[in-house]
Amino acid sequence: MTTLKGRNLISITDYTKEEYIQILDLAKEFEANPKQPILNDKVVASIFFEPSTRTRLSFESAANMLGARIIGFSNPAATSLQKGESLHDTIQMVSSYSDIIVMRHPRDGAARYAGEVASVPVINAGDGANQHPTQCMLDLYSIRKTQGTLDDLHITMVGDLKYGRTVHSLVQAMCNFKTTFHFVSPKELEMPESVKRHVKDKGLNYKEYTKLEDVIPFSDIIYMTRIQKERFPDPTEYEKVKDCYVLDAATLKGCKENMRVLHPLPRVNEITMDVDKTPYAYYFQQAQNGVYVRQALIAAILGVK
Amino acid sequence: MDNKKELVVSAIENGTVIDHIPADAVYKVASILNLSLHDDEVIIGTNLESKKLGKKGIIKIKNKYFKQNEIDKIAVAAPTATLIEIKDSKKVVKRKVEVPDILQAIVKCINPNCITNVEDVQTKFKVIDKHPLTIQCHYCEKTQQPAMH
Repeated sequence: MTTLKGRNLISITDYTKEEYIQILDLAKEFEANPKQPILNDKVVASIFFEPSTRTRLSFESAANMLGARIIGFSNPAATSLQKGESLHDTIQMVSSYSDIIVMRHPRDGAARYAGEVASVPVINAGDGANQHPTQCMLDLYSIRKTQGTLDDLHITMVGDLKYGRTVHSLVQAMCNFKTTFHFVSPKELEMPESVKRHVKDKGLNYKEYTKLEDVIPFSDIIYMTRIQKERFPDPTEYEKVKDCYVLDAATLKGCKENMRVLHPLPRVNEITMDVDKTPYAYYFQQAQNGVYVRQALIAAILGVK
Repeated sequence: MDNKKELVVSAIENGTVIDHIPADAVYKVASILNLSLHDDEVIIGTNLESKKLGKKGIIKIKNKYFKQNEIDKIAVAAPTATLIEIKDSKKVVKRKVEVPDILQAIVKCINPNCITNVEDVQTKFKVIDKHPLTIQCHYCEKTQQPAMH
């Protein structure tokens, strides 16, 4: 077993398949026993340079449940950054106050840079449109928990496959397992060529669709995404595609019994409320799983598990 | 008697000749090497006939030898270039430039939201494909064609 002690987690590709499994197994232990005072002497810095609800609360909840102290900020306007301090200097300063840094930043690549500057490990909680590896880890956990395995699954991804960072990371991670991918999107939001090439390079298969109905009968996981207005350079392009996929309970008729619907949240209108009452909805449990996965990551990186 | 004056371009005794530069990259190469600041002879020829390239460029720089980092820059801007180092009128080195596997502080990231375009961070790219040259930013992970500094 490799040790994750002292390692950064910046990109999902930083870890190996064995290391994913190690984290997922540890997360399972935390799910069974989430409140353990194993980080009583640790300080976790939670520094969020842009707003976040779910990710920040999930990380802070994870650290709290393990007894850690949390320092940090969620509003950079109230910090020295407002005075023009560089990311480099902020990270150096925060490193000296904490045992581990959890960071979200609006710039792509900021997390990798912070990891190089910091003297303590850095966990990337989202860097611009680039990576969000802990979201990917909790997606893997949710898939394994609902399907009992990560191998031989039909994983369907729906919506904004062009700009959605969570689907790109999930494809990269699931390429370590025997996955068949199904990509459902309008032409304008197709999965980028580089991601499709990665699937082929790994000897795996994918198919592309424009109709959601076509994938219902065989999917094990349907991963819905929000079409993110803020990622569109041209607002008229957004208007054309914004409501193109709406998953309702009637659409799910004929799906496999084991099929589960995942979504990184927040949802807008791409999953109707009537799906929530079906046994296929799993997105709220998925968000809850994020706490256990983040507990596992913090504990493993700090070397206490 | 013929009064027409001719400019004689002599061979250099000491220095470097960069040959087989694609014709459209000659001034780019001169610019990235800051040749306008070189205070000795610099001869730039372009649109010269070439069997290999159709049209090529050549730059002769007197009393100048390039460091590896500068040669890497030439390789990115002009992948077909040949470098000839001359000492005492003899060719001491002749080799094709080669794009390295990692480009450090040679090109800038085309992603305006990349941290390297905001903070004072040295750029770093992994070369994914040499033909055509395709690179991936170490920081923002965006795959791209190179843009010189």
